[in-house]
Amino acid sequence: MADSLAQSAPSPTEGVADPGRRDFINILAVSAAVGGVAAVAWPLVDQLNPAADTLALASLEFDLTKVALGQEVTIAWRKQPVFIRHRTPEEIAKARAADHASDLKDPELDSARVKPGHDEWLIVLASCTHLGCVPAFAQGEYGGWLCPCHGSQYDTSARIRKGPAPKNLIVPDYAFLSDTKVKIG
Amino acid sequence: MSGPSTYEPKTAIERWLDTRLPIIRFGADLGDFPTPKNLNYWYTFGGILAFCLAVQIVTGIVLAMHYDPSGAGAFKSVEQHIMRDVNYGWLIRGIHANGASMFFLAVYLHILRGIYYGSFKAPREVLWLLGCVIYFLMMATAFMGYVLPWGQMSFWGAKVITNLLGAFPIIGNTITTLLWGGYSVDSPTLNRFFSLHYLLPFVIAAVVALHIWALHVPGNSNPTGVNVKSKSDTVPFHPYYTVKDGFAIALFMLLFAVFVFYLPDAFVKTDNEIPANPLVTPAHIVPEWYLLPFYAILRAIPDKLIGVLALAGAIGCLFALPWLDTSKVRSMRYRPTARIYFFIWILASVALGWCGSQEPQGHVIPGVGGPIFIDYDINSVTWLSRISSLYYFAYFLVITPLLGLRETPLPVPDSIYTPVLSHPVAAE
Repeated sequence: MADSLAQSAPSPTEGVADPGRRDFINILAVSAAVGGVAAVAWPLVDQLNPAADTLALASLEFDLTKVALGQEVTIAWRKQPVFIRHRTPEEIAKARAADHASDLKDPELDSARVKPGHDEWLIVLASCTHLGCVPAFAQGEYGGWLCPCHGSQYDTSARIRKGPAPKNLIVPDYAFLSDTKVKIG
Repeated sequence: MSGPSTYEPKTAIERWLDTRLPIIRFGADLGDFPTPKNLNYWYTFGGILAFCLAVQIVTGIVLAMHYDPSGAGAFKSVEQHIMRDVNYGWLIRGIHANGASMFFLAVYLHILRGIYYGSFKAPREVLWLLGCVIYFLMMATAFMGYVLPWGQMSFWGAKVITNLLGAFPIIGNTITTLLWGGYSVDSPTLNRFFSLHYLLPFVIAAVVALHIWALHVPGNSNPTGVNVKSKSDTVPFHPYYTVKDGFAIALFMLLFAVFVFYLPDAFVKTDNEIPANPLVTPAHIVPEWYLLPFYAILRAIPDKLIGVLALAGAIGCLFALPWLDTSKVRSMRYRPTARIYFFIWILASVALGWCGSQEPQGHVIPGVGGPIFIDYDINSVTWLSRISSLYYFAYFLVITPLLGLRETPLPVPDSIYTPVLSHPVAAE
């Protein structure tokens, strides 16, 4: 029985002069199919990425005279909230005093988070580095921000001090066009 | 479906069709399903869940005819157009929105029944895995559905959950940008969530078909956990269980109707009646009740990546259960020790659910403080979440594997029908 089965189903390469040629055709066909599928799959994945008109919302100019000392505004840049905080001398002093505190999870000097000569202006993305909520100012133990979602606490330099967030609030690329005007992005 | 077909075409047209598309044979074999005669009402949730899925698909298709999936129009199309202007829109949305909660209520009872009676054990592992896949797809579908009204909770829920994936090193930001289609959650995100929210229920329906197929091969488990041994252990599915399931569905519909007609907003957070605002996070943000235990596990851990991994691991434990449980006895009816640990596990899960709804620094016993331990005081919601999370994982990873090897189970009956006959009512 086994013999007759073996005879009725000969190996596909039996009687072929050079079996390697048939293998070659197989490899060629499979590679062409895989390559073809990959080439079609990529546009289907990449369409999920930001479209050109979304990317075009690049930069934003902001007039700082609108923000009084000790005040903070939240503006939208690239659809993301950004804090522009006009810090008081006490806040700056508090941030500088904590420059080497042991509970800094993401150690950074306060002077590295502001532009030279503009210590009073702290500009950061208002997205908690944990899961993206907008923290609220003047709450928590460090005089800075407290995130309402999972309780992350930031100091007056917006550095993470307590809670689940891993990083300081991100300082976006920005430049002072004049003493009262910044360009973000 | 598992054995050889017993269907015999009776008429000429049935014979003609049977050799071309044996669809009547398929239906007849599906209906010929000997079912253990001792199934109790905990076994009716499969039927109830099929009903829930059908309700969600029918109401969802109708709602999609009136919904506008754009960032600018979504909130208005739901809160004004569907809720006030579309004929019976309030009713259809009320059924759909509350239906999600009903669906999860039923699926949780179905899962608990499976764990208690050991329905996941050999030879039903694939049946169990398919059930876990359905549960996971349900969570994804419910999450995306919750985003669609585009209120404050919708928006911030979407932001927090998509940011979970940003926890992965290196590729995290690429994934979130890919999900959002922008720098943040925005109109493109809403559009793709709507598309997927429409798609996934049909994927669920397909996995349900596999789930039922995998059920029909070994047949139902039963409260004794003893295998079916003879014909006297079973009754035909129809009419016995079609009637029993039908009665349970009718009772379930009563509960469903109480929510739809008398408590339509019971599961709605007031913040979600405010249109999405990307610049302001609501003061207290919580997910829907059915996701709260996982949310509490996420918050319990002070590290972002480990928190996300624990959240995924909590669901992963369910998938692994058939290989974690070492007990040869299926049903906990005969495992008194296992039963105690199981009920504590339910208690821990409920405690996690409660913790998820509270603020992390809130107090478990109100009005009382407590000494600070490491970062929060010992009376805080955070510490209760941590203890409950620890038990949640210990139950799956330590207790279940060890208990099966160490405990002494009660004697298991010889067959399904012996305890039925020795029941006091039968003896009279």
